[in-house]
Amino acid sequence: MDNVLNHIGIENYIFLCVILFCIGVFGVLYRRNAIIVFMSIEIMLNAVNLLFVAFSTYHQDAQGQVFVFFSMAVAAAEVAVGLAILVSIFRNLSSIDIDNLKKLKG
Amino acid sequence: MDSKLALVLVLAPFLGFLINVFFGKSLSKTVSGVIGTAAVVVSFVATLYFFIQLNQTHKPITIHLFEWIQLGNFNLSFGFLLDQLSLLWLMFVTGIGALIHLYSISYMHEDEKIHSFFAYLNLFVFFMITLVVGSNLLVMFIGWEGVGLCSYLLIGFWYKNQEYNDAAKKAFIMNRIGDLGLLIGIFIIGHLCSTLDYTTLQTTLASSGGLLVSKHWLAVAAFCLFIGACGKSAQIPLYTWLPDAMAGPTPVSALIHAATMVTAGIFMVTRLHFLFDLTPGVQSIIAVVGAITALVAATIGLVQNDIKKVLAYSTVSQLGLMFLALGLGAYEVAVFHVITHAFFKACLFLGSGSVIHALHGEQDMRKMGGLKKAMPITFLTMLISSLAISGIFPLSGFWSKDEILMVAFEHNKALWVIASLASIMTAFYMFRLMFLTFFKDFRGTDEQKHHLHESPSLITFPLIVLAILAFMGGALNLPGSNWLNHYLAPLLSHGEHGEHVFGTTEYMLMGVAMAGAIIGIAIAYTKYVKQRQVPEEDHNITGFTKVLYNKYYVDEAYDWLFVKPINFLSRFFRDYIETALSGFVFGLGKVTMEVGYYGRKLQNGNIGLYLFAFVIGICAIISYLFLAQ
Repeated sequence: MDNVLNHIGIENYIFLCVILFCIGVFGVLYRRNAIIVFMSIEIMLNAVNLLFVAFSTYHQDAQGQVFVFFSMAVAAAEVAVGLAILVSIFRNLSSIDIDNLKKLKG
Repeated sequence: MDSKLALVLVLAPFLGFLINVFFGKSLSKTVSGVIGTAAVVVSFVATLYFFIQLNQTHKPITIHLFEWIQLGNFNLSFGFLLDQLSLLWLMFVTGIGALIHLYSISYMHEDEKIHSFFAYLNLFVFFMITLVVGSNLLVMFIGWEGVGLCSYLLIGFWYKNQEYNDAAKKAFIMNRIGDLGLLIGIFIIGHLCSTLDYTTLQTTLASSGGLLVSKHWLAVAAFCLFIGACGKSAQIPLYTWLPDAMAGPTPVSALIHAATMVTAGIFMVTRLHFLFDLTPGVQSIIAVVGAITALVAATIGLVQNDIKKVLAYSTVSQLGLMFLALGLGAYEVAVFHVITHAFFKACLFLGSGSVIHALHGEQDMRKMGGLKKAMPITFLTMLISSLAISGIFPLSGFWSKDEILMVAFEHNKALWVIASLASIMTAFYMFRLMFLTFFKDFRGTDEQKHHLHESPSLITFPLIVLAILAFMGGALNLPGSNWLNHYLAPLLSHGEHGEHVFGTTEYMLMGVAMAGAIIGIAIAYTKYVKQRQVPEEDHNITGFTKVLYNKYYVDEAYDWLFVKPINFLSRFFRDYIETALSGFVFGLGKVTMEVGYYGRKLQNGNIGLYLFAFVIGICAIISYLFLAQ
């Protein structure tokens, strides 16, 4: 069977995902703009999704792809909620710098 | 009809208690007292009705109120048993109770808490009636505990004095020791016979003749019950609370600590005579304990200077004589002495109360004297009662004490000697009390002398009634008529000691007892009237007198033997065990607090830090998963 993995090896997908995930992690850690943090989280999420799909193909099992659908749907919902929160934070504080968001302090 | 009237009998004092407790403050002092007295009078009238009825029909009345406890084949009902014994007891509990309530109206009139005094007194009468009329041991136990509570409340009635509080606590704790014995005894009986009902118990024990029931356990039960009786009736080794109980107001001493409550032990033993008859070993213990108590208490009484303390030791001593009679199986004799003792001892206590009242609270006989002229009625009534308790013919004490001595003589000469010695001493210290209080010159302050007066009629009336009873009480069981013996015969069926054939021995014994009493009085007369001696001041007392004056140092010995070790143990537990335990518990709390205090700082609201923590966490988890494989 002609498999996409025959052209580009599974290890390359894994490396790509690891790099993407690390970019996401460092984005989350280093950036202070809440929207960019958010985008970084999405990158991490999609890195994992990509890995799912890659392994799904590798194992000839559709379950991984099905799972990615769910994960994307949930991510969409989460983005909607998250952006709404950001909007309301911006309305209140005129800023979305996460260093300013210290009202959750215990 | 009967059951309703019986309920009235029992509940009237309780109603009086409720009224005085809840509305006492808004009532005037006299009204409060009148309500208290009326409640007891109602009980007395009801008792009288039952008593007359019983004397006509000779049938005990059993009143079943409700099923109380049902456990498997063990059934216990809540009911009353109005038979010869309980009605006799009720007669003097409510009768003397009513007189003492009447007396208290005047005696306690100065006291601002008079309504609670009457409330407690009524509650006491209620519990005492419950104790007496209960148809089984557990109902009796309710009353038994209740009278102990009231005794505690009334001893500590003047609670602002710490010594009185201590006396109250002492009485309560001493009684608790006895009560535990009683309770264990009741449990053993319940286990052995699967019933606690008096009548069923009697038939069970009589029919099986002790065959079905283990003799040893029966003896253990009887002994435990006797410990209970020791506690309540102030016998060695649990007697020390009674003299201290004189801290209570004098009417309380008269009612609770002389006439009624302390006779509960005798009541219980008489009630369960069929049990004690089966255990001769325990009976001899009772007799010996009674005799020794009678002697020891009488010797202590010889040198006491507090007028009420003398009477208290005299009470302990007389109770000892009653137990001697019980131990020898002469239950009706003990009952006879209980009744006569209730008359003259109540009279003596009330008389001493009248004296204390006149002297504004002075109780030391060294500061009295010459009260004869100022208080003729008190003097006369107390004289009659003193003659009665000393056993002078033909007053009541003579007959009852004489019977005890006769029974003792029949069974055991040594016990007779002890009992006779005790009664000679009784005559001595009673007349020492009389001579010091009423004869010669007054030794108090001038101001007291100026205020000397006879007590009001509310105080003297009960005195007169009781003195008449103390005079005539012997008629209950005169040799020849033996009314009391016949009256109690259906209950105490053996009747072994019932009728004395009067021979020379008996007349000789009577003569000896009488002579002993007269010798005692004569010694007291020479010492305190002719030689005008006055007991020494406390610090001048030396030698054996000092030992007696300090009550053989029994309190100190108990303190050293029991109180100190227990205090030591409790201090040990407090200082070490509790410190360790609480240290551990507090330590846990402290650690949690500290962790929380520093952990709190992590939650600083810096989202960047949180995210960093996430990442570190995930890295840690992943590394762990890799390493774990």
